[in-house]
Amino acid sequence: MTRFLLRRIASGLLTLFAISVLMFTLFYVAPNDPARTLAGPQATNAQVDQVRERLGLDQPVLERYGQFVEGLLRGDLGYSYYNQEPVLDTIVSRLPVTASVAFGAIAVALVVGVLVGIAAARRPGSLLDRASTLFVLSGLSVPTFVLGLVLLYLLFYQLTTNGLPIFPAAGYVPFTENPAEWARHLVLPWITVAFVTAATYARLTRGQLLGVLEEDYIRTARSKGLSERRVVYRHGLRSSVTPIFTQFGLDLGLLMGGLVVTEQIFGLNGIGRVAVDSVTRGDQPVIVGVMLVASFFVVLANILVDLGYALLDSRVRVA
Amino acid sequence: MTASTMNMSHVTDDAPVTARSPLQLALRRLRADRVAVASAAVIALAVVVALAAPLATVLTGHDPNMQYRETGLDSFGTPVGPNSEFWLGTDQLGRDLFVRLAYGARISLLVGALATVCSLGIGTLVGLVAGFRRGKVDVVLNWLMDTTLSLPQLLFAISLVSLAGPGLAVTVAVIVLFTWAPIARVVRGQVLSLREREFVEAATSLGAKNRRIMAVDILPNLLVPIVIYGTLLVPQAIVFEAMLSFLGLGVLPPTATWGNMLAAASAGSLYTVAWWMVAFPAAALLALTLAFNLLGDSVRDALDPRHSFRTERAKKARRKALAADAARDEKAEEIRS
Repeated sequence: MTRFLLRRIASGLLTLFAISVLMFTLFYVAPNDPARTLAGPQATNAQVDQVRERLGLDQPVLERYGQFVEGLLRGDLGYSYYNQEPVLDTIVSRLPVTASVAFGAIAVALVVGVLVGIAAARRPGSLLDRASTLFVLSGLSVPTFVLGLVLLYLLFYQLTTNGLPIFPAAGYVPFTENPAEWARHLVLPWITVAFVTAATYARLTRGQLLGVLEEDYIRTARSKGLSERRVVYRHGLRSSVTPIFTQFGLDLGLLMGGLVVTEQIFGLNGIGRVAVDSVTRGDQPVIVGVMLVASFFVVLANILVDLGYALLDSRVRVA
Repeated sequence: MTASTMNMSHVTDDAPVTARSPLQLALRRLRADRVAVASAAVIALAVVVALAAPLATVLTGHDPNMQYRETGLDSFGTPVGPNSEFWLGTDQLGRDLFVRLAYGARISLLVGALATVCSLGIGTLVGLVAGFRRGKVDVVLNWLMDTTLSLPQLLFAISLVSLAGPGLAVTVAVIVLFTWAPIARVVRGQVLSLREREFVEAATSLGAKNRRIMAVDILPNLLVPIVIYGTLLVPQAIVFEAMLSFLGLGVLPPTATWGNMLAAASAGSLYTVAWWMVAFPAAALLALTLAFNLLGDSVRDALDPRHSFRTERAKKARRKALAADAARDEKAEEIRS
């Protein structure tokens, strides 16, 4: 088990290393010249050189990569070109926003998706099953920004103008400040992300459960006189849980890396917003930093999923 | 006349027995599938609208990028709703939404088609080579697929856009970059089992070169998964383009794209005064992606009835469960190795 874990961590680190090389090459070696971008279109060559020197871009490539990696190991992602703040501080300060949206949304998605999946699997071909198929397909087809805008129009604008100001249009209130307001501001983003994500869980759960309910041990459980509820939830769901868990881990990793569109629509200052802002400003250290942090979450989620997999499913357990 | 043909003529009294190719069979199944026919109709409509976009200009007398500030904006400078002159209303600059919607269909379909073709080409090639050559080539290509899949896609896409500058070509390139890997993985899996089959052995013993075996013996067997994957890839590409454009990182304004139109509706909460700026582009986008997704499901059912999603009876579910189990075992195998 320990060896398996160590191997997974090693391969995760290798992936992160590859991504760091990729990002470094793309942003600091490739033909684009951040010094010229920052100095502005009217700058003279001398001014550009000055900027380049100040940013340390005049040193040899390998030396710069060495410093870059050294910084990474110390948890130093460099400083923003735009406001000179440490990149890591910026990202860490925005993390609570993204985490609030991601965890809330994925919890809703998991519960709704799995329940819909169960309901559909218990009566395949029924009206309920057809409705769930429609739910899944629309969830897979609707882009988040369309859903977000529609929700804003109906649940924020229409309700508010009709004297029911339940949902705010935008903004974020820290949980520590006011938990109720925190939740109130996050309901619409949660619904938006959850609807799109829940579709995957519903499809997955239904497919898994349909197969499992055909198994002999389910027939045994039924013939022992267990209630249908107990058969489905205790016996059936249990062995369907691993693939759902896998998907859950991967989704969480991806969501933590920034909900670019959702944050944009609902005016949330999370990691996705940092990414978009830094891209429009050409703020390369921040772009690279966000990418690395987001990749870290994806890789971490992958490792945790494999670990959880091994714990949950004895068939996968490594000797 | 021999006895057997006499028998045959007896059975097929009125209609002669005709042999049907797998393709004909699949097309018959598709035609019988009402959802597939309706989806295909929606897609065909979008294609016609895209091709006939200049006709919209002729019909309304409005250019897609022309700002009709006199008639298209009211006295407060806000967009006007649907009326006899502007059938679907106007946007914040007084441009005709109907004409822009028609031109936007061009971008969506163009990006969807281009990205899908490129992605299928690259994915198939990589998967074919990785699965057929195995060994070191496979290890390297497989690692490349894994790394691509573990990148945070949207973030990576927007950072690439920041380097290359937004535009149609970059948008397509970014979509291809993130969609070839899953295809390559599927193809590789198929090739790994196909290359062990007797007909490949036969070709090898006849002295056929690797390249010929890949192109002539293996590739045709991959068509079904490739077609299925391709149909489901188009809506992904369309949504991705719209999303990039929505973020201002795709096809740049003033070019009319559905993503740009939605971005304009979102900016400054314009949707509160002009619901039509959200409703029409959103409906168009949703209808098109839903149609492609539904058609994709139907194509899969028609080409590969074993995996039918609609005739949900216990036996079929059982088969699907077996497939899911196989996938789980594969994952387990992956972890073990």
